[in-house]
Amino acid sequence: MSSGNTQLAIRVRDVSKRYGRRWALARLSVDIPQGSAVLLTGENGAGKTTLLRILGTAMRPTYGTIDLFGAPVGDDLERVRPRLSLMTHASYLYEDLSAHENLRMVQRLTASADRAAREAALERVGLTPHAHRPVRTYSAGMKRRLCLARMILRQPDLILLDEPFGQLDPRGVTLMEDVIREQHRAGRTLIIATHDVDRGLALCDLHLELSAGRQMRAPQPIAA
Amino acid sequence: MNNAAENTAASMSVARTPSTTTERERPRLGLLRATFGIIAKDFLLEWRGRARINATIFFAVLTLLLFSFAVGPHHAILEQNAPGYLWLAIMLASVMSLGESQRVEAENAALEGLRLLALDPRAIYLGKSIVNMLFLMALALVLVPVSIALYGTTIRAGMGPLFSPLLLGTAAISAPGTLYAAIAVQARARDVLLPLLLFPILIPGLLAAVKATSLVLTGDPMGELVSWTMLLGAFNVVYWILCGLLFGRVIEE
Repeated sequence: MSSGNTQLAIRVRDVSKRYGRRWALARLSVDIPQGSAVLLTGENGAGKTTLLRILGTAMRPTYGTIDLFGAPVGDDLERVRPRLSLMTHASYLYEDLSAHENLRMVQRLTASADRAAREAALERVGLTPHAHRPVRTYSAGMKRRLCLARMILRQPDLILLDEPFGQLDPRGVTLMEDVIREQHRAGRTLIIATHDVDRGLALCDLHLELSAGRQMRAPQPIAA
Repeated sequence: MNNAAENTAASMSVARTPSTTTERERPRLGLLRATFGIIAKDFLLEWRGRARINATIFFAVLTLLLFSFAVGPHHAILEQNAPGYLWLAIMLASVMSLGESQRVEAENAALEGLRLLALDPRAIYLGKSIVNMLFLMALALVLVPVSIALYGTTIRAGMGPLFSPLLLGTAAISAPGTLYAAIAVQARARDVLLPLLLFPILIPGLLAAVKATSLVLTGDPMGELVSWTMLLGAFNVVYWILCGLLFGRVIEE
């Protein structure tokens, strides 16, 4: 398919996902240009989380194909995964380690050792005073902030956020909005699944709506 | 539904010029460095919690004591069967140790987080297996003197030759144990499933470890030790390679 001068971050074709007898996603086809921010909405069980997990390579579709940044997502997941960051209900954190240690572990396992970047990320999310406490002692909102710090640290090209404002206090919500705007301005592609539609509309430039695993219509531009 | 062209057309109007149009060069860890990273992470986690080593040692010592109580004051029987009791205690305790090593990965879906860091699954397997092996080896080194004290065992060949069957035996438990623990942790009946999967597989390795340990303890007039050690070595080669190759399939959906 020709995409003119616009390069696609995501190209989804006929993607379906079945859990047992239930189809969570049914023949979804969508293109997302690089650098866009997409608001993903739909009722509970509409397939938002499933779609984000499939795009984040945490899950394989039952049918269909996905291209990320122009290359098909096949078995070579190690090639595409460094470019993605998936923030879901699961925090991926080790509870017995501190915030500092969790981030250092991520850096060590991604061939990075920039201590200043780690400290800057913790500072950005307001966790510096708590950086050496075990994550087990954190509130849900603090864990969410730490996930945000990990995402900032990794500098992915594609950011997938599932209910990013959940569990955050008002200052945390503002922080999340600021970080989303920063990442969008930096040219990164974002997909944000949220029930907070007004907030999402203010942050995104495309709107994709799902219902019972099907897309309601093509992604619609959001008026500024 | 095939509205891709329409989708793209709708998207064009908002497309911007991103700074990430070409794939940036991202450093990637080699197998060895990634394995060391996993080992360092697991040791740090154990150091922070220390739950695994304490519980495993306590459980294994208790098991040795129970064998002693069950047999009663028959020193000849206890001494003769000491290698078997030692390896049964290690094997039973290994279920706790292996299960705990995967429990920390299941909590908060941390293993999925590792996968999404684009780590080679073989590195995750190797790192976790090596740490499991070292824990079991440390456990074995604690249990040997306890066995000597409880069962009146004498080590005729000295501690040096005992090191080889202990190391190979604990490696033989860790290789399939790490894989099966990763399978079991995804199931509802994880505590029951792990021993059900693991114990039948371990029978040849357990047999070779018990025989080799027995020959070191009681003497080896027929020169059988080399054969049993080689069998244990072959068991290890097969399972470390096979499980290393299969681990990626197990942790990817």
